Amino acid sequence: MENIASLFYGFGVALSAYHIGLMLVGVLLGILVGVLPGLGAPNGVSLLLPLTFSMDPVAAIILLTSIYWGALFGGSTTSILFNIPGEPSSVATTFDGYPLAHKGKPTEALSYAFLSAGFGAMVGIILITLLSSSVAEFALRFSSPEFFAVYLLAFCSFVGLGGSSPFKTMVSIGFGFAFAAVGMDSVSGNLRLTYGIDELLAGISFLVAVIGLFGIGELMLTIEEGFELAGIRARISVKDVLSTAATMPRYWVALLRSAAIGCWMGITPGGPTAASFMSYALAKRFSRNRDKFGTGEPEGIISPETADHSAGTSAMLPMIALGVPGSATAAVMMGGLMIWGLNPGPMLFVERPDFVWGLIASMYLGNVVAVILVLTTVPLFAAILRIPFSIIGPIIVVTCFIGAYTVGNRAFDLWLALGFGAIGYVFKKLDYPIAPMVLAMVIGDKAEDAFRQSMIMSSGSMKIFWSNTLVASLMAGALLLAFWPLITAGVDRLLGSVGAARRGHT
Amino acid sequence: MRKLISLSVALLASVPIAADAASWQPIKPIEFVVTSGAGGGTDNFARVVQAIILKYKFIDQAIIVTNKGGGSGAEGFVYAKMQAKDPYKLTFGTSNEYLLPYVARLGYKPADLTPVANMAADEFLLWVNSASSFKDAKAYIDAAKASPGTYKAGGSQSKDTDQILTGMIEAATGAKFIYVPFQGGNAAAVQLAGGHIDSNVNNPNENIGHWKSGAVRPLCVFSPTRLPGTAKVVGDMAWSDIPTCKEAGLPVDQFQMPRTVWLPLGVPAEAVDFYVDILKKVSETPEWKEWLDRNLQTPRFLAGKDFTDFIVADDLKSKKVIEAQGWIVK
Repeated sequence: MENIASLFYGFGVALSAYHIGLMLVGVLLGILVGVLPGLGAPNGVSLLLPLTFSMDPVAAIILLTSIYWGALFGGSTTSILFNIPGEPSSVATTFDGYPLAHKGKPTEALSYAFLSAGFGAMVGIILITLLSSSVAEFALRFSSPEFFAVYLLAFCSFVGLGGSSPFKTMVSIGFGFAFAAVGMDSVSGNLRLTYGIDELLAGISFLVAVIGLFGIGELMLTIEEGFELAGIRARISVKDVLSTAATMPRYWVALLRSAAIGCWMGITPGGPTAASFMSYALAKRFSRNRDKFGTGEPEGIISPETADHSAGTSAMLPMIALGVPGSATAAVMMGGLMIWGLNPGPMLFVERPDFVWGLIASMYLGNVVAVILVLTTVPLFAAILRIPFSIIGPIIVVTCFIGAYTVGNRAFDLWLALGFGAIGYVFKKLDYPIAPMVLAMVIGDKAEDAFRQSMIMSSGSMKIFWSNTLVASLMAGALLLAFWPLITAGVDRLLGSVGAARRGHT
Repeated sequence: MRKLISLSVALLASVPIAADAASWQPIKPIEFVVTSGAGGGTDNFARVVQAIILKYKFIDQAIIVTNKGGGSGAEGFVYAKMQAKDPYKLTFGTSNEYLLPYVARLGYKPADLTPVANMAADEFLLWVNSASSFKDAKAYIDAAKASPGTYKAGGSQSKDTDQILTGMIEAATGAKFIYVPFQGGNAAAVQLAGGHIDSNVNNPNENIGHWKSGAVRPLCVFSPTRLPGTAKVVGDMAWSDIPTCKEAGLPVDQFQMPRTVWLPLGVPAEAVDFYVDILKKVSETPEWKEWLDRNLQTPRFLAGKDFTDFIVADDLKSKKVIEAQGWIVK
C-alpha cells in the first residue's frame, strides 16, 4: 500500500538521534505543563515557538507535537490525584480516577489512564496513516449543519445520563451556556453580557472556569470536611503498573468503542473534550458495571482517556490536510507552520511529503516515548498523595492561580477563578452536577455559532438539518441517544409484561 | 523562557550600542501585544517581526509576545489604552484599530493609541468553487443580480473586513448576497472548497492550498494592479494572470488590509522614532521580503504623516459601508 511505503519513508526522516532527543525534551516539558492546571499545551507550545524559527520544519514540528503529547498525558495526572483537571479534556477522567486513587489505588488509576491513553493515541495515528487522503475529503463534506449535529450528538449522549435530577442537570447546562455567551459574538459581531466591563470583552475562558470549579472548589470542600492532614496511605510499587497492564485486555470493548468515538470526534471537529465526555457517557450507559461508575470503576477511567487521546491525535489530520486547527494547541502549531514557510492545506502532502510523513512517523515514536516516560513517573506521582494536605494544599492553591493567570495574562482571571471556586463549592453542597456546565462552556458557543450559521444559510428553515444523508443520520443518532432512557424503559416494560404474562401462565 | 532571558542578557553585555541609534533606547524587555489569537494572521505578523529582530539583534532586549485577541482584538487595544505613557508595549493589528469602535461599544477610541507604522498590505481576491460555472467575476455578479439573496458569500467574522468588502461589492454592483460569518478565513476557505458556500473574499494565503488542489478558483483581485507572482501556481495560471476586479467588470478597484503597529498614548516622540527605525530595518531584511512573498502580501512601509493620511483615507472608505449597512453603534 502506498501509505505504508510513505510511512516508512517518514520513519527514515524522523529516526535520528537529534529528533529522538527533541522528542524526549518535548514530552518531558509537555508532562510538566500538563500537570500544572491551566498551564496547558497551548502555553507550552507558544513559549517554545520563537526557538523553532531557526530550526528545520521537521525538527520544529517534532518538538512542538511532543510537547502536545506530553501535556495530554500530564493533564490526566492531577485529575486523578487531586480531582483538578490539568486540561479541560481530562475533566471526565476525574469522575472515576479520583475515587479510585482515594481508595488507596493511585498507581492503578494512573496506569489505567496512561495505558488507555497510549492505546487511544495509537489508534488515532493508525487511522491517520491509513486514511489520510480519504479522511480529508470526508471532512470537506462537513458544513455548519453537520457541525451542529455533531455537537448535538455529544450533548444528547451526556444529557440523558442519570446521576442527579434532570432539573439540576438542565440548570447546570444553562449556566454553562450563559458563561459561554459572554464576550463578542462572532455571528452578529455584537458584545453580549459584558455590561460595559472591559475585562469581559474576551469572554470567560473555560480553562479558568475548570480551575476554579474543580481546583478551588475541591479545596474548599476538603478544608470543610475536616482537614485530612495526613496523606493517603497508598501502596506504591512498580509491580502494580505491570499487573494493571495485564488486566487491560479485559476492557477491550470499552477500549475499541472509546477509540472509535475519539477518532470520530477528532476528525469531525468535535474535539477531545467533547469526545471524552461522550465516551464516558456511553460507557456508563452500556457497561455491565454501570452501577459502579463514579466510585472508581476502571472502565470509567479507560473510556474518557482513550477517547481523549484518539481525538487529540486524529485532530492533527484536519489541521495538516485542510488547514483547520482542531484545538487551541493545533492553532498555535499552524501559526508555526506558516512562519516556517509551509502552507497547511491539501497540497502539503504533495509538496512536502518529508514534512507530513516525518510528522506522522514522529507521532508513533513520540507517543511511545510519552507512554514509557509517564509510566515510569507513576510511582513518583502516586507518592505525592502521601504528602500531608497541609503542605500540598497551599501548593495546589498557588499552582491553580498561576495557571489561571497564564491562560490569558489577565489579572481579572484570578478573580474569575475565585468566583468559579465559590460556584463549584455551592454546586457540590447543593448536589448540582458540574460536568454539564463544563461541557456547555466548551462546546456551547461552537454549537450556537453552527446553528446560527445554518439558519443564515437556509434563511431560517429547520429543514437544513435533514437536507442530506450525513446530517440526517447524525441528527437521528442524537435524538436516539437523547431518548435512549425512555426507549430502554419502554422495551423493559414490554419485555417485563411479556415475562409476567408468561409466568402467569405457568 | 529563562534560557531566552539569560541569552538576551548575554547579548546585552556583548553587543555595543550602535553609534547611530536614536536618543531613546529600551532598557528593559519589550512586550508585543497581538490583537489576535495564537496562530492568527496578526499573530504571524508579530512573531515574524520578533524573529527578525532577534536574528539581527536590532534590539538588545528580550521581546515577549502576548496574545490579547478577545473581542476581535479589542482586548489588546483596551490593554494598550491602559498602558498610556509606557513605551515598552508595542501593539500589532490591522485596520481593526480604527474600525472596531464603529460596530461595538468598546472601552477605547481609535485616538487612544499612537500610530507607529504600517508594514504591509494583505490582498483580497474573489473566489468561487471550481465546480461552479463562473469563469469570471462578471458572470458571477450577473448571476447574483439575477437572483438576489440566494448566493452565499462566506467570510471571516461579522462586521469585519470580509463583510465590509462584501458590502462594497453589493453597493457597487447592486447584487445581494447572503453573508455567512465563519470563525476565520481558514474555515471560510474549507467551506468554499467543500461547496457549502458560493464565494468568499479570502486573502491569497488562506485559499492557496485549495486553489492548488483544484477545489477553488480565483476570479479577480481587489487591487489597482495585478499581483506580482509570475511563477505558475496551478496549470498555466500564475498569480499575475488573475485580473484585477476592475478589469473583470467588478467596479471595486481597491481593498486591502493594512498590517499596523501602534504604541500607547503619551510616549516620548523619540521612542516612536526608535520603533519606526527598527521596523524600517526589519522591512528591509531578506527574511521579511521572503515572508511577504510567501503570503502574497504587498510591501508597503508607511510611517509618520504617510501612515496617518492612509488611516484617514481607509477609515473614510470603510465607514461609508458601515454606515450604509446600519452597523454603527450609538
